Amino acid sequence: MSRTFLMLVRRDLLLARRQGGGSLLSITFFVLVVSLFPLGVGPAPETLERIAAGTIWVAALLSVLLSLDRMFQADLEDGSLDQLALLPLPLSLVVLAKTIAHWLTTGLPLTLAAPLLGLLMQLSPDAYGALIAAMLLGTPILSLIGAIGAALTVGVRRGGVLLTLIVTPLYIPVLIFGVSAAEAAAQGFSYSAHMLFLSAILSGAIVIAPIAAAWALKLALD
Amino acid sequence: MADAPLLQGRNLAALRGERLIFAGIGFELDNGGLLKLTGRNGAGKSTLIRMIAGLVAPFAGSLHWNGAEVSRDREAFLADLIYAGHQDGLKTALTATENLDLFARLRGTSDRDAVAALGSFGIAELADLPVRYMSAGQRRRVSLARLLMTPARLWLLDEPLTALDTGAIAQLGSVVDAHRDGGGMVIAATHADLPGQPGSVLEIVPPADADLDEDLDVDGDMEDAW
Repeated sequence: MSRTFLMLVRRDLLLARRQGGGSLLSITFFVLVVSLFPLGVGPAPETLERIAAGTIWVAALLSVLLSLDRMFQADLEDGSLDQLALLPLPLSLVVLAKTIAHWLTTGLPLTLAAPLLGLLMQLSPDAYGALIAAMLLGTPILSLIGAIGAALTVGVRRGGVLLTLIVTPLYIPVLIFGVSAAEAAAQGFSYSAHMLFLSAILSGAIVIAPIAAAWALKLALD
Repeated sequence: MADAPLLQGRNLAALRGERLIFAGIGFELDNGGLLKLTGRNGAGKSTLIRMIAGLVAPFAGSLHWNGAEVSRDREAFLADLIYAGHQDGLKTALTATENLDLFARLRGTSDRDAVAALGSFGIAELADLPVRYMSAGQRRRVSLARLLMTPARLWLLDEPLTALDTGAIAQLGSVVDAHRDGGGMVIAATHADLPGQPGSVLEIVPPADADLDEDLDVDGDMEDAW
C-alpha cells in the first residue's frame, strides 16, 4: 500500500517532468507578478518593504491557483483516473499522493524562489526566516484545499474560473497568518503563534481535503 | 458457499439522470467463463461494466465475488480485476513501455515484461515510442497489453475491438482464450464477434416503459425482477 502510494507520487513527478511547463510556468508567473509591483507602486524602499510580504504571498497564492485546474482533469480526460480509482488503494490516498506531487512541483519551488523576490521587494532582513517557514507550512495547505476545488470542477468544461471562485475564499486564513508571521518577525516580535495556527490548519487539511476531494471525484466518475 | 459462482450480479439496475437504463440484470460467471454483453447503443453496456468495476454505484441490486458482497472487501476484488475502458487511459507523454510498467508497478507487480506483452498484440517494435505518436489502433493495442502486465482473474473489456484491425482482433482472441484456459474470466461489451471459444451472452434490454421518462414507477420487467 505504501509502495503504491510512493509509486503514485513518482508517477506524477515523472509526468510533470515529461510534460514540462507546469512547474516552470508557475514560478515564472510568480516572479513576473511580484516584479510588477516595484514598477507599479514605485521603487521607494519604505513603500516596498511595507507591502513585501503581502505581495509575495498573494502572488504565490495566484500561482498555485493557476496550476490547479489540470490536477485531475488531464487524468479524467484520458481515462487514467478510472485506472487510479480502481487501484487497490482508497481514492483519498490517491488524492493525497497527487496533492503531494502537486506541492513538490509548485509550492516547494515557489517557497525556494521567495527569498529572491524578498530582495527585490526590500523585505526586512528579519522577516526572511518567518516568510520561508510560513510558506513551507502554508503552500501545502494551498495544494490540499486546491485539490478539493480541482476535484469539484474536474468535469466542468472551462472550470478554471469556477475553481478560482471556490478556492480563493478558502485561502484567506493562510494568507492572513502567512503575511502576519512575516510582519511580526520584521518588527521583532515572536511569530510562533502564526506558525502554530498554520500547523493546525495544515493538520486539519491533510485529514479532510483528501477525503472531500475523493468524494467529489467519485461523483465525477459516476 | 463453495459452489456459488465466483462472480454474480443480482437484480442490478442503473439510473442515469432520471432515466432507468436497465433493471433486473443478473448474471453468473465462473472460472474460465466469458460473458458477452450485447444490446443497442445506449442500452447500458458500458454502465454495467463500470458498475461491476465499482466506478458507478448500482441503483439497485448487488454484486457478489467469491460468495460475499463486493462492498465487504472492495480492495481484494479490485486487486483481482483489470478494467479496459473505452478510453485508453494512457499517458501520451510516456512511451508504451513506461505506461505499461507504471500500470504494473502501481499494482505491485514488477516481474512482467512490457515488451513481451506488447509482442502479444504485435507491436513490440513500438515499445519505446511515446504514445503521442501512435494511431488510435496502436494505442488501443497498448491499452489492451495492460491485461498481461499484472495477474488478475477478472477482465472487464468495454468495446475492446474499437479501432483494431483483423490481425489485432485475432491476437486479442488468443490472449482472451489463454486467460480463460488459465482459469480467468472475461466480461466484454461488444457488438462484433470476439474470436476464440464461445461464451455466454447477456443482452441488455431496456425496461418495458423506459420511454416514459417522467414515469419512474416502473412495473412489468421491474416487477418480475424483484
